[in-house]
Amino acid sequence: METPFPDILTRIDAGLERRVALPAPDELLAMGEQILEAWLAARGETPEAGDVDGFRLLALHRQGCKDMPSFNACRETCREIVFRRNVALAYGKEAQTAHRLEAMVVKHLALFVGGKLEQTGLGEFCCASRPLHAAGAA
Amino acid sequence: MAKDMTEQDLTSDPKDKNLKQVAYYPGCALEGTGHAYNRSTKAVGKALGLELVEVKDWNCCGAMEVKNIDPQVQTYLSARNLTKTEEMGFDVVMAPCNGCYHNLKKAEYDLAHNPQAVEANERISAKAGHPAYQPGRVETIHALDWLKRAVGEKELARRTAGKLKGMKIANYYGCMYTRPRHIFPDKDQGAGSESTHAPHFMDDLLASAGAENVDFPLKTACCGGAHAMSDADTSTQLVLNILTTAEACGAEVIATECPTCHTSLEIHQLRAEKLLGRKTNVKILYFTQLLGMALGLSQRKVGVAENMADPRVYLKERGLR
Repeated sequence: METPFPDILTRIDAGLERRVALPAPDELLAMGEQILEAWLAARGETPEAGDVDGFRLLALHRQGCKDMPSFNACRETCREIVFRRNVALAYGKEAQTAHRLEAMVVKHLALFVGGKLEQTGLGEFCCASRPLHAAGAA
Repeated sequence: MAKDMTEQDLTSDPKDKNLKQVAYYPGCALEGTGHAYNRSTKAVGKALGLELVEVKDWNCCGAMEVKNIDPQVQTYLSARNLTKTEEMGFDVVMAPCNGCYHNLKKAEYDLAHNPQAVEANERISAKAGHPAYQPGRVETIHALDWLKRAVGEKELARRTAGKLKGMKIANYYGCMYTRPRHIFPDKDQGAGSESTHAPHFMDDLLASAGAENVDFPLKTACCGGAHAMSDADTSTQLVLNILTTAEACGAEVIATECPTCHTSLEIHQLRAEKLLGRKTNVKILYFTQLLGMALGLSQRKVGVAENMADPRVYLKERGLR
């Protein structure tokens, strides 16, 4: 299955290393949504179109947690993306730092979710491995 | 509290005197890779006139390994430690490891809400020949709760006299200290309580010793600690991102309060430099090591030499010997 992770990570790294401009705050937010859409697609679900607190990213995260409470490990990561994006758009002086931090947090989400998917199934590791162990035990 | 207070016990004027003497559940990690956390936690307690009494004949909390295979066996394993705590006459047990703290809290919750967990706990306890733990008898607290409630920032500020002044710290709590929210009924209770979405107890304690906490967006993000063996490369990338983000926030130090997170940060800091050529300079220290040194304890007494990424020169420059 093709995933958006390599492209997202390449673009963010290039921006953080100042080889190219960082993707704009809203583009980074959209990358976060793409990451969660990939997670939901791997689970055979159709990503929701609605939002939570005004952000689709947060709605997708909530959907991704259904029957998978360990996915809450990236709840604050998603909320930080929204917060840094808002700061980046709203303030002048702090905007540059907030923008870079937003990129770093999106990168973390890509690594976290990508790591789960890369291990096939829904993650043969960590707190997400219970379904696979259960299947093996049966 | 198991014994009467002595005169010396009362000198620090604790906010919550029930926590002057508590049962101590170190867990497996603090006897191994987290030894410096064990050592510094005990040293800080002693320096502050607090007493930890180790739970006799404690066992593994079930960690992730047992929980992934049979959650009810994990509940039993954690509940047995609560039974042992109660048998010693304590109603509070302090577990400094996030994994242990989480599991003991989860056992408490499960036994209060899940009849299947109750049945399994009673069955296995009977087979093992000890009474089954009854929920509500023992309160599990973290080392952060312990110091915050037993001592508090005001007293810590008085005792440390700003020794961490100028030290820029990113406080890293990891993913198990606050999740899932429903097993932590004491959190999110308004002013003075810990927050599950923006934890701050470690920030508060270190700030009271003079530290400057940076605005760090990954304080509860996953470090990949639990899959360090099965997918080490992803762990290294996750940790490298945590380290570089902390540095981007201006941090000189990442303070930790979990042995798994701490070890993961240290190992993968070295691994990132060796395999990826990405060197980061941020130092990684247990919050108890920092508080211990702020209280005047030597680097040796809080186990700094046991840290993998040697912070001794940096600490010396900061006047912490």
